[in-house]
Amino acid sequence: MATAEAGIAVSLAVRAFHGGVRLARFKEGVRGKPSCEAPLPQRLIFPLHAHVGTPTRPVVRVGQCVLRGELIAAPGAYVSQAIHASTSGVVAEIGAHPVAHPSGLSDTCIVLEADGEGSAVEPWPALDFELVTLAALQARIVDAGIIGMGGAGFPSHVKLKEGMGHSVRMLIINGVECEPYINCDDCLMRERAAHVVSGARMLKRAVQAEACVIAVEEDMPEAAAALAPFLGDGIELALVPAIYPAGGEKQLIMALTGMEVPTHGLPIQAGIVMHNVATAVAVYEAVALGQPLTARMITVTGGVANPANVWTPIGTPISHLIDYCGRVQSIDRVIVGGPMMGTAVLSEAVPVGKTTNCVLALRRDQKTAHPMPCIRCGECVEVCPARLQPQALYEFARAKDWDSAQNYYLFDCIECGACAYVCPSNLPLVHYYRYAKSEIEALESAQARSIELKQRFETRQSRLESEGPSSTITQEEELEPAEERPSTQSQREVIQQEVAEAIARGRAKRQLLREEGAKHGSGPDEGPQP
Amino acid sequence: MTVILSVTLLAVIAFASAWLLRIGGQHRDERSRSAVERINDLLPQTQCGRCGYAGCRPYAEAIARHEARINQCPPGGDATILNLAELLGEDVLPLNPRHGREQPPQVVVIDEAVCIGCTKCIQACPVDAIVGAPTLMHTVIASRCTGCELCIPPCPVDCIAVAPLAMTMSHWKWPPPKLALP
Repeated sequence: MATAEAGIAVSLAVRAFHGGVRLARFKEGVRGKPSCEAPLPQRLIFPLHAHVGTPTRPVVRVGQCVLRGELIAAPGAYVSQAIHASTSGVVAEIGAHPVAHPSGLSDTCIVLEADGEGSAVEPWPALDFELVTLAALQARIVDAGIIGMGGAGFPSHVKLKEGMGHSVRMLIINGVECEPYINCDDCLMRERAAHVVSGARMLKRAVQAEACVIAVEEDMPEAAAALAPFLGDGIELALVPAIYPAGGEKQLIMALTGMEVPTHGLPIQAGIVMHNVATAVAVYEAVALGQPLTARMITVTGGVANPANVWTPIGTPISHLIDYCGRVQSIDRVIVGGPMMGTAVLSEAVPVGKTTNCVLALRRDQKTAHPMPCIRCGECVEVCPARLQPQALYEFARAKDWDSAQNYYLFDCIECGACAYVCPSNLPLVHYYRYAKSEIEALESAQARSIELKQRFETRQSRLESEGPSSTITQEEELEPAEERPSTQSQREVIQQEVAEAIARGRAKRQLLREEGAKHGSGPDEGPQP
Repeated sequence: MTVILSVTLLAVIAFASAWLLRIGGQHRDERSRSAVERINDLLPQTQCGRCGYAGCRPYAEAIARHEARINQCPPGGDATILNLAELLGEDVLPLNPRHGREQPPQVVVIDEAVCIGCTKCIQACPVDAIVGAPTLMHTVIASRCTGCELCIPPCPVDCIAVAPLAMTMSHWKWPPPKLALP
């Protein structure tokens, strides 16, 4: 049980959620140091496809000059986000570029060539959040392109809208950085406590929450002390035990309220809305300063010479950040996010996004363990924060028994990696769960597609039946209506001749194109035969 | 008296049972009619006809009549065979190679520079995935195309080609973990 020095903390039951592990923190390298600002890279990359929702729609052309804060891609739908240029420059390219995704695939990105001046657009007028309408507040958050910056990247305005429709008992500002190495939210709370609390007040008003709690870990005394002077008036601080994954949404709700978010349920159904600390800062900047989200705090750590919290323009390539923090020759692998839940990237050219909280460079000497068969020790069951049976899910995934995996609530797995961390056989358990989840999702989408295809086919069939056999217009009929059809044999022959010539011309053209290889690499009957 | 009562009672029981059996039989008819639907629901609905029937529904009917085996659907592949075997309580069979092999997802592409606008492919497409008008260029709506290849033979100028469906992040799958356990 912990209480902060200033006596502002809400005390909590220790280990209020099931399981979890105490991890080595590896945060010392960056914790004591003030944050720094990354120099501007030459090129910035903005992927159009966010983690969640519909891809954004570019609103700039190649060659167009943009200023910092200018909209370059508009939301493609309600669940989507706006993207703004994070510096001034010229749109160099809109095309495929590697992005931070486990597949290593490329995606459509807007590439911006920085001009180095950093001149910005006029900020929007500041809003007095206590006076403006909730709709105006929400519109500002949409316009500023704010999404959940804790990792999932869910558009914040959607959460707000849901919060407006329900009575919200508690707004939780999540500052529990439970993963090792990551320190960016801690840094924001230490250095910009006033902004964090202001952002929390704005979010609290937006969802009309009864209470607001800023949750931090009990080993973040500096952050708690920094926040203390700004608290009160409906904003409280809560300390949670430093047990991984205390910062998980469902785990934190459990720790703070004792309520469990049900399977397939959302926190809002329990009257809870949760936002990340960085999101709160972004909301403050959008509402009080009129600035869109164009930069964020990122922890650059691991095998670099000078690990630090770096205020980074969105779209900066990872290689640029690693160079800035001191590249070490032995860097072997780069992980975006933390060591437990992050994504290993295949290329350092990938950009940081609004959800990137950490860039972790791993050295070659950090060796990987060899997996052994499961010995059914049950350690994984003990630590699973979702109260699942990881060893059973592992066997089901191995056996491709998707039904049983779902019956054992595979989709409640938050992929925190606690099971794999404690596994004495070093089994890559989370990989199995991700594999099983993506297989099940693929099967479900195939099923949905077959239903759609069936409908299309049946619609077509009924249309053809109702129109009768002669309904489809063929080329000949279109060219020569029935009454004008040539009656004499010679005329018919002439037309047949013409049709044959047209077909021959088409074939010849096709042959020519095929020989040139101009259009397609393969001909019609050279399909992808395995 | 007792004899009459017993006979009457037995007769009543016999008629009641007969009536119940009849109801049950009707119910079984109901189920056997929907069996075609239930089989059809498991088929991929590409309507490609590779099974030897005119489409997915005729194939489902043939399976229900025990005329066709469950391993004749190449687009559905192993997953469809497993599902059909489970529904029908039959043994799992390998895909019959006579009907084709399971292929990665594919779409067809019209070479628009060559298309003469004859509408023959539009008439062949079972799912209305091709748009165009007589004498005007046609094109394939890639997201609607099932890759059934039915449009390829009718094309008089051979301007339709098969292309593998480009891998995107939305349908990327995690690969199975490579685990060599001792």
